[in-house]
Amino acid sequence: MSSALAVPLTGILVASACALLGNFLILRRMAMMSDAISHAILPGLVAGYVLAQGPNLLAGFIGASLAAIATVTAVEAIQRTRLVDGGAAIGIVFPAMFALGTVLVTRQFSEVHLDADAILFGNIEFVAFDTLTIDGRDLGPQSIWVMSLLCVINLLFIGIFYKELKLTTFDPGLAATLGFSPVIVHYALMLVLSITSVGAFTAVGAVLVVALVIVPAATAYLLTDRLALMIPLSVAIGAISALAGYRVAISLDASISGAMVTATGALFGLALLFSPTRGLVVRAWRARRHRATIASEMLVVHLLNHEAAADRDEENSVEHLSQGLRWSPARTDLAIAGASRRGWIVRANGHLELTRPGREIAQRVIAR
Amino acid sequence: MSDLLRDLIFDYTLRNVALGSALLGIVSGVLGSYAVLRRQGLLGDALAHAALPGICIAFLLTGSREQIVLLLGAGIAGWIGTMLLLAIVRRTILSEDAALGIVLSTFFGFGITLLTFINQRDDANQAGLDKYLFGQAAALVEDDVVVFAILGGIALLLVLLFYKEFKLLTFDAEFAGSLGFGTNRLSVLLTSLIVVAVVIGLQTVGVVLMAAMLIGPAAAARQWTNRLSVMIVLSASFGALAGVIGALLSFTQEGLPTGPTIVLVLTVIVFFSLLFASARGLVWEWLRRRRQRRNLTLGGPPVEGGRSRP
Repeated sequence: MSSALAVPLTGILVASACALLGNFLILRRMAMMSDAISHAILPGLVAGYVLAQGPNLLAGFIGASLAAIATVTAVEAIQRTRLVDGGAAIGIVFPAMFALGTVLVTRQFSEVHLDADAILFGNIEFVAFDTLTIDGRDLGPQSIWVMSLLCVINLLFIGIFYKELKLTTFDPGLAATLGFSPVIVHYALMLVLSITSVGAFTAVGAVLVVALVIVPAATAYLLTDRLALMIPLSVAIGAISALAGYRVAISLDASISGAMVTATGALFGLALLFSPTRGLVVRAWRARRHRATIASEMLVVHLLNHEAAADRDEENSVEHLSQGLRWSPARTDLAIAGASRRGWIVRANGHLELTRPGREIAQRVIAR
Repeated sequence: MSDLLRDLIFDYTLRNVALGSALLGIVSGVLGSYAVLRRQGLLGDALAHAALPGICIAFLLTGSREQIVLLLGAGIAGWIGTMLLLAIVRRTILSEDAALGIVLSTFFGFGITLLTFINQRDDANQAGLDKYLFGQAAALVEDDVVVFAILGGIALLLVLLFYKEFKLLTFDAEFAGSLGFGTNRLSVLLTSLIVVAVVIGLQTVGVVLMAAMLIGPAAAARQWTNRLSVMIVLSASFGALAGVIGALLSFTQEGLPTGPTIVLVLTVIVFFSLLFASARGLVWEWLRRRRQRRNLTLGGPPVEGGRSRP
């Protein structure tokens, strides 16, 4: 398989496998646990390689998974002592594991291809050359096999335990009373996250795994409230980011994994601004419309109050309004424009008059 | 031992490395105390990662390899990352740890993209920006130490000036607000000072391990005292101690990179404190529980001092 096919395909598979699990991490507020795990697998990976006397895939997997489980356990044990808060517990454990891994690499493995760059941002560029051979037959790039397997495992995990995951995520108390153990589900999730991180680690490195796990899911969360929709959406976002990043990286001759992550960041930024339900733009527009409605209602109430009074013409003149209501001219304009558009008021020689629907609205506003 | 001490004072390389690491330990220990107490320990982690694209952009714009230019870029990017983080937390449904992870990883990914772009473009003269990834404490020179001392000195001076305000902000932000302190502005100032610590740390221990330098000393110091002033002094001491011991160890032992060694020494200090600290140590707590349990099983009423009647 050529690099032009193997690299983007690996990217898509890595992004999909990661994004699947990311949904639950985002919803369970455990995003930083993924950061901790992806760093902490380094010493386990190195120890596995040392024991197997070479970069052996299976040994690395076992070592790294054990390291990941050890990390989760250690973080939670420290959190349980209540001597430090949750974030600090993560911040104590994972740098220690990563430092240990770095020392191991320098001491034991200066000659193996686990160099600094590979640790931090992987070597997805070379996946096509690392092929899986069984009985002397070349079966294509190893990473594609590994990541496909992980995608299937994660899909099965979510598919089979969907109900349990959903329940323990949104209402752990209810889950426990119904007999689903939140603890078991939690550790199962951590286990699949660990093996996924190990698989992704070799392709995109320690730090960028985190991005592929949580950013697509966070983006999807900005777009929908339904878990059943959020999961496929996050996978699609991850896959699109992988492809887009690959294209950009090739044209700039820059790091492919870095560009993939940058693409997830860009998509997140777009969703943050333009999400139809939660985007900052929509929300600003909605807030403005809300202000305009309130202002228009205030205006018709003011007009109603002064309709019968002697100073009616003066109070309800356009010029007097901003003084009488202590509004800025801009706000007055907004209110008048809003109320006219809704057909609540009409302009009659210099002052404003309520229409019939306007009067009804004003009375209703006063009554409420 | 006396040889080591002599080297510490007279060996040019070791002196700079130890001094630089100690300075980093002090500054991050002091600022980390506030970060940990405000439950923002991982903010430093996010800031350190977010600084990387700033370093690259500063290099791309100026073509300069001057440390001060690059660190300025790092500071600005870290600061932008923090503001973005606050905006995500305040204006979306995403939780704080999601916001941290998003800012941390996407900024870092962008930084890696720029870094590799710079490296292949200028491969005739390697830009030398890689050192910010893992830190190169062993390569610190006197000029670096001077820059650290100035930056750190300014940060510590500001902490001293605003001691009362920061204390109030840390323990009761709402009360601080009701007294008329601009809590938002104070918060931004405190975070900006953490950016300074991160900037110093980038060159010494690197992006990934910076989190430990902010969290470790403070988390250890917290176990020994309930007073902020004592905690800050202890935290700074732990940071400095880890810096110097780490530098010495990596100087004397083959194959111990300085940054990771400092972090490992720090981890030992943290675990020692968690286990044996006078007030809250887990070992003492365990002994106390055991004594109580024994008293209960003996059937005697618990007596003051934990001793049961015969």
